[in-house]
Amino acid sequence: MNTIMDTLRGIYESFYNAIVPEQRYMAYIDGLKVTLVISLFAVLLGVVIGVIVAVIKVCSGHTKNVIVHVLGKICNVYITVIRGTPLMVQLLIIYNLIFTSRDTNPILVGTVCFGINSGAYVAEIVRAGINAVDIGQMEAGRSLGFNWLRTMWYIILPQAIKNILPALGNEFIVLVKETSVASVIAVNDLTKNAQYIGSRTWDLIPPLLIAAAIYLVIVMVLSRLLGILERRLAKGDHH
Amino acid sequence: MIITKQLKKSFGDHEVLKGIDQHIRQGEKVVVIGPSGSGKSTFLRCLNLLEEPTGGEVWFEGVNITDEKNDINLLRQKMGMVFQQFNLFPHLSVMENIPLAPMKLKKTAKEAAEARAMELLKRIGLEEKATAYPNQLSGGQKQRIAIVRALAMDPDVMLFDEPTSALDPEMVGEVLELMRELAREGMTMVVVTHEMGFAREVANRVLFIDEGIVKEENPPEEFFSHPKDPRLQEFLSKVL
Repeated sequence: MNTIMDTLRGIYESFYNAIVPEQRYMAYIDGLKVTLVISLFAVLLGVVIGVIVAVIKVCSGHTKNVIVHVLGKICNVYITVIRGTPLMVQLLIIYNLIFTSRDTNPILVGTVCFGINSGAYVAEIVRAGINAVDIGQMEAGRSLGFNWLRTMWYIILPQAIKNILPALGNEFIVLVKETSVASVIAVNDLTKNAQYIGSRTWDLIPPLLIAAAIYLVIVMVLSRLLGILERRLAKGDHH
Repeated sequence: MIITKQLKKSFGDHEVLKGIDQHIRQGEKVVVIGPSGSGKSTFLRCLNLLEEPTGGEVWFEGVNITDEKNDINLLRQKMGMVFQQFNLFPHLSVMENIPLAPMKLKKTAKEAAEARAMELLKRIGLEEKATAYPNQLSGGQKQRIAIVRALAMDPDVMLFDEPTSALDPEMVGEVLELMRELAREGMTMVVVTHEMGFAREVANRVLFIDEGIVKEENPPEEFFSHPKDPRLQEFLSKVL
């Protein structure tokens, strides 16, 4: 009986030490902020890159324009390289090779890197979403006199969003979790701060469990929000 | 108004149009018939370059539209098209579908474009559907709205690609009636259809396209009463 009590007390103390002394809970909150900031801006950057790359790729399949074809090839290389190499390696390369100056802001580097990485995946999601829109819609737009790009903008993309959104939400959730890799370039995100607390208390497991729980809560909240958004869209769906 | 010179179109090795010479005049109503796969839809779609011809030329109002120097988007504003599958924009209400192109392409003011859209809707008796979305409409209503959406751009010619083929039989009449009205008002029309009654009644000239060429063309009276081409005779015996 006593041994059980001792064990429970030990666990309690471990978690207490991982949270309370030296205002350690602030480290989780600060880390969480960094994680959320990187995720949010990376996903925005990823969506911008992804939409542009997807539109170029779709366009290059329908035109004889040489410039668009060259851009299409570049986009293919981008997608192949980004999806074909590990995220952590990309992060290290960008951090060490491109941003070498002393006053480099690792959060900015992380955001840009995750954004570029995410863009490749988003591009494929958007492309699939565009291709799922009935070909007749493009023909109707063109027959009225809209050029290709404006048909895309006014007619195709608004319809493609419904196809894109669920997969895009998943991409966002994946991105939130992947930002934990940012700790390798000295970004003080949630994971890094949890490790730091572990190194102070000589007890690594409790802070990591706490970090894991926080990630889980974020992801669950995000899933919930996405579910609501999707239902909203479905309500406005007049198909 | 529209002239095609040795118009050819191939998909890969398959030559669908083998050289079509046609002259469609202002105010003329040309009905194109033919067996499925004969190239009649491809011919129509080549007229506004939805299909890019692989040979020959298409002239519209004195402009060679197959010449890449000419802005096809501008020329298409003068050529309305109606599709078999209606192709209304499902994410927009009826009142957004119709004025979209005039507003964005002709820079018509929103109020003016919407007033015109309402006028067109009243004309087809669907003004109460202004706020509806395409999925809330019957096939016949969709197609009539697709026709007035094209009319909102004030086109000089209307191209119809089997406008009644996807409709339930009881809805064919209302669409044909609207097309008859357009014809009476003097609209230049090119219509690909299987509606022989409509061809007989409305057309100035009927074309029989088969195996990628125009096998026979005549005013409807002559065309239906005294077909000369054996393939046309066979075709008419099946559909009439």
